Amino acid sequence: MPDILGQPTVRRLLAAATLALLASTCVAKEAVPEAADPALEARMTRITSELRCLVCQNQTIADSNADLAADLRRQTRELLKQGKTDREIVDYMTARYGDFVLYRPPLRATTMLLWFGPAIMLLGGAAVLVVVLRRRGKLSADAFEPDEDDRAEAALHAQAAGAAPEGSKA
Amino acid sequence: MKRLWFLIPLAAFFALATMLALGLKLDPREVPSPLIDKPAPKFSLARLDDASKTVRLDDMHGKVWMLNVWASWCVACREEHPMLVEFSKKKLVPIYGLDYKDQRADANAWLANFGNPYDASLFDDEGRVGIDFGVYGVPETFVIDQNGVIRMKHIGPLTAEVLATKIEPLLERLKKADA
Amino acid sequence: MIPELGHLALWIALGISAVLGTLPMLGAARNRRDWMALARPSARWIFALVALAFVCLAISFIDNDFSVLYVASNSNRSLPLHYRFTAVWGGHEGSILLWLLMLTFWTFAVATFSRHLPEKVVARILSVMGWLAFGFLLFLLMTSNPFDRLLPVPADGRDLNPLLQDPGMVIHPPMLYMGYVGLSVAFSFAVAALIGGNLDATWARWTRPWTVAAWIFLTIGIALGSGWAYYELGWGGWWFWDPVENASFMPWLVATALIHSLAVTEKRNSFKSWTVLLAIMGFSLSLLGTFLVRSGVLSSVHAFATDPRRGLFILAFLVIVIGSSLALFAWRAPTVGLGARFALLSRESLLLGNNVLLVVACGAVLLGTLYPLALDALGLGKISVGPPYFDTVFVPLLTPLIFLMGVGPLARWKETTLPDLATRLKWAAGAAIVAAFLTAWLHGGVGIVGVVGLLMAFWIIASLLTDLVERLRPVGGMRSNVLHRARLIPRATVGMMVAHLGVAIFIFGVTLVKTGEVERDVKMGVGDTTEIDGKTFTFRGVRDVTGPNYRGAQGLIVVTQGDKTIATLHPEKRFFPVTQATMTEASIDSGLTRDLYVSLGEPVGGGAWIVRVYLKPFVDWIWGGCLVMALGGLIAATDRRYRIRARQTADAAAAAGATA
Repeated sequence: MPDILGQPTVRRLLAAATLALLASTCVAKEAVPEAADPALEARMTRITSELRCLVCQNQTIADSNADLAADLRRQTRELLKQGKTDREIVDYMTARYGDFVLYRPPLRATTMLLWFGPAIMLLGGAAVLVVVLRRRGKLSADAFEPDEDDRAEAALHAQAAGAAPEGSKA
Repeated sequence: MKRLWFLIPLAAFFALATMLALGLKLDPREVPSPLIDKPAPKFSLARLDDASKTVRLDDMHGKVWMLNVWASWCVACREEHPMLVEFSKKKLVPIYGLDYKDQRADANAWLANFGNPYDASLFDDEGRVGIDFGVYGVPETFVIDQNGVIRMKHIGPLTAEVLATKIEPLLERLKKADA
Repeated sequence: MIPELGHLALWIALGISAVLGTLPMLGAARNRRDWMALARPSARWIFALVALAFVCLAISFIDNDFSVLYVASNSNRSLPLHYRFTAVWGGHEGSILLWLLMLTFWTFAVATFSRHLPEKVVARILSVMGWLAFGFLLFLLMTSNPFDRLLPVPADGRDLNPLLQDPGMVIHPPMLYMGYVGLSVAFSFAVAALIGGNLDATWARWTRPWTVAAWIFLTIGIALGSGWAYYELGWGGWWFWDPVENASFMPWLVATALIHSLAVTEKRNSFKSWTVLLAIMGFSLSLLGTFLVRSGVLSSVHAFATDPRRGLFILAFLVIVIGSSLALFAWRAPTVGLGARFALLSRESLLLGNNVLLVVACGAVLLGTLYPLALDALGLGKISVGPPYFDTVFVPLLTPLIFLMGVGPLARWKETTLPDLATRLKWAAGAAIVAAFLTAWLHGGVGIVGVVGLLMAFWIIASLLTDLVERLRPVGGMRSNVLHRARLIPRATVGMMVAHLGVAIFIFGVTLVKTGEVERDVKMGVGDTTEIDGKTFTFRGVRDVTGPNYRGAQGLIVVTQGDKTIATLHPEKRFFPVTQATMTEASIDSGLTRDLYVSLGEPVGGGAWIVRVYLKPFVDWIWGGCLVMALGGLIAATDRRYRIRARQTADAAAAAGATA
């Protein structure tokens, strides 16, 4: 086998290449953002952080390392470059994958209960509390059990009446 | 009367338990396709066997056909492949393959090895057509009618049962509708 | 031999738990002291046997006994020793055994620390716990036996999931399970009280320390899980509203409500049936969580290998346990007395307001977690409910709760007036507003949402200080004896203050990290730099490293500020050949006011890598706040009221004083 490294031309080329490599490392530079356009990238990340990765299913498309997620991120960048709005990109995704891909469930007839449920529960709970408390307030005293504090106070008063008037409150 | 209020927690729990019981039969990971009964996305792809020839969606107009998404790197595809080869021999409908994110050499070798049930395979190396079809895993199979409307999507490997009980009857119905 | 021994121990425990479930309960009904006397020894035996089984399983792991199927599925010869031990609870079967260990331990604890309780009450409580143990033992032995053999014996095992090979993994599940299972004590106390008809303030006083103890473990367990996700998963998130996270958060919310409700019942003997319902709900949510994680009904990053058959068994167990306890509630609770009177505006009613908010918050989380399942079950389509929903819905519920947190402790029992509260709290309100705006201005870039968050945190602190000052203020104008008055503050109150302070710290951390975190995804060649907030991150390249069961690439990043080097970070990408999994190990420099967080992305050739750099302000205050909360709980649980010996001494002194 011919000794390729013995050839002078090759050795010179190799030397040049090594030098170039070393030179590039000597010139440390400001790190290049992964994407060419940081503003676009930020928009892409914002949109894809609310989309569900369909492969791993428990990560956002922004975070997932799955192939499909990378493809969809690339697709989102292209759509953004074409001037599409956030809304249009989300519609693009749901047209292909359905509502499942959205981590923010859309407001539809079927999700009304989901979105308004907590508020309804809160109002309902507060209403029940107020009604119950009001009703309790209207009951006569004998509906309740004797109050420990009232009894203790009465006992103290009785003691104070029977003993000397000096008494420090415990 | 007052007692009835105290039954609310129990009633609510039983409603919850019923729903959970129903949930045991479902697969939370399966993503249903929103494209059913909607027009198939337009595509124009080179063939796997001959890069100079292109196949477009409009070429399929007038025929009921199946699109099977596969790849040489897909392990589950090997499961369904023998069945698909058998099925293709019945010549019920044209079957086209969508070779998803693959290498030409590997794909052709795979078909040579395991059999080729497809009238032709389309080479989707970047997966863009796959995205348009809502593909999220391989294998997947679509049934598309004469007007280019997607009528069914099956996720995962095809089984003899699915072919017999779901796909063949559907193909019958669609072909009759045409006649 | 050893696996068989463990297996046998569990079968014997099953038998004894059946005895514990029936005889003492019947004995309490029929006044048979000999049957009731079986309760404590049975509880101790069950714990000893389950502990033995656990030890047998641990030995199988440590000895690399791959003839045991569970060991072969979760361990490997190259797995380091300490991870071989923690692998015991790395999979479904072993984690159920861990659950059982905790359950029988709590049963044992109740059996031991209940000398001051009447015999009948103890018998009933232990019986209920015996039934719970029976159910779980049956589940384990029928569907999830960790001692099943595997033949032929493989030469090596499948290895533990690399995500779990981590110190956080060691401690997070045991803590969490201690909390989940600890709520079974409050549950058993409640059911026993419903059966025996002895619901009163004394019952609340007995139940409270056990509930607080479970709550402490749950708080720490959840905080650990969150912290572990933060440093282990590599992208700097710490809460995802994942179904399994929600499954642990819901019992925590109800347990918090329960602690506050027990305060009302203990002090004023009121709202007993509501407190009992909360006690039942707390443990029911623990059981629901177990179901959700193991049945395959929800898709989650935490889910164990799912099996519908196991899901069916757990569901049946759920229906029996929760169904019968709620049926018992519907039957007996209407006869429970109303307790003492209190006004529409009083500390009692404010505490109940707290309860409403916490239970509604729990309901909201439950709604969001189960809604996709509900729609799918009804054939109405498939949706996903994720962080955007929960964040939108949860924070508005939190705000009134935080407001109440400031007002409640200052309100008087029985009756309080709005003008009175307003006068006492006006300084706190003013101070909170000023502090919030000042912090926002100093920190910069906070926004309206951030200001609201800061306002909440400072409101808690300001009202807390108001309460403290009021208690320390000299009566009659004398300025001395502050220390004496400080010592007079009951521990339960001190615990409350510390726990509320923990919440304030938590909110402070969450607010500042959410509004102020900075993320950079950059391509870095050797020597390249990037700058955040005056700190320069220099990439020094990547070298190969080898671990006991992985191959890795370790990066070196030096962080400087001006001339000083403030941190050296070593993020790694690890590849585990046995499971073919790749893990991203972030490198974090933690500080009091910020974390510097770096993780490696992908190599892009030429020695350059994609690197993710984060600055996260005050993120450690999140978990610090949780620890302070837990500390507050610990202080409160050791209140004089609950320390048996202290009470006995006090009772003796009182008796002596009375006769003198």
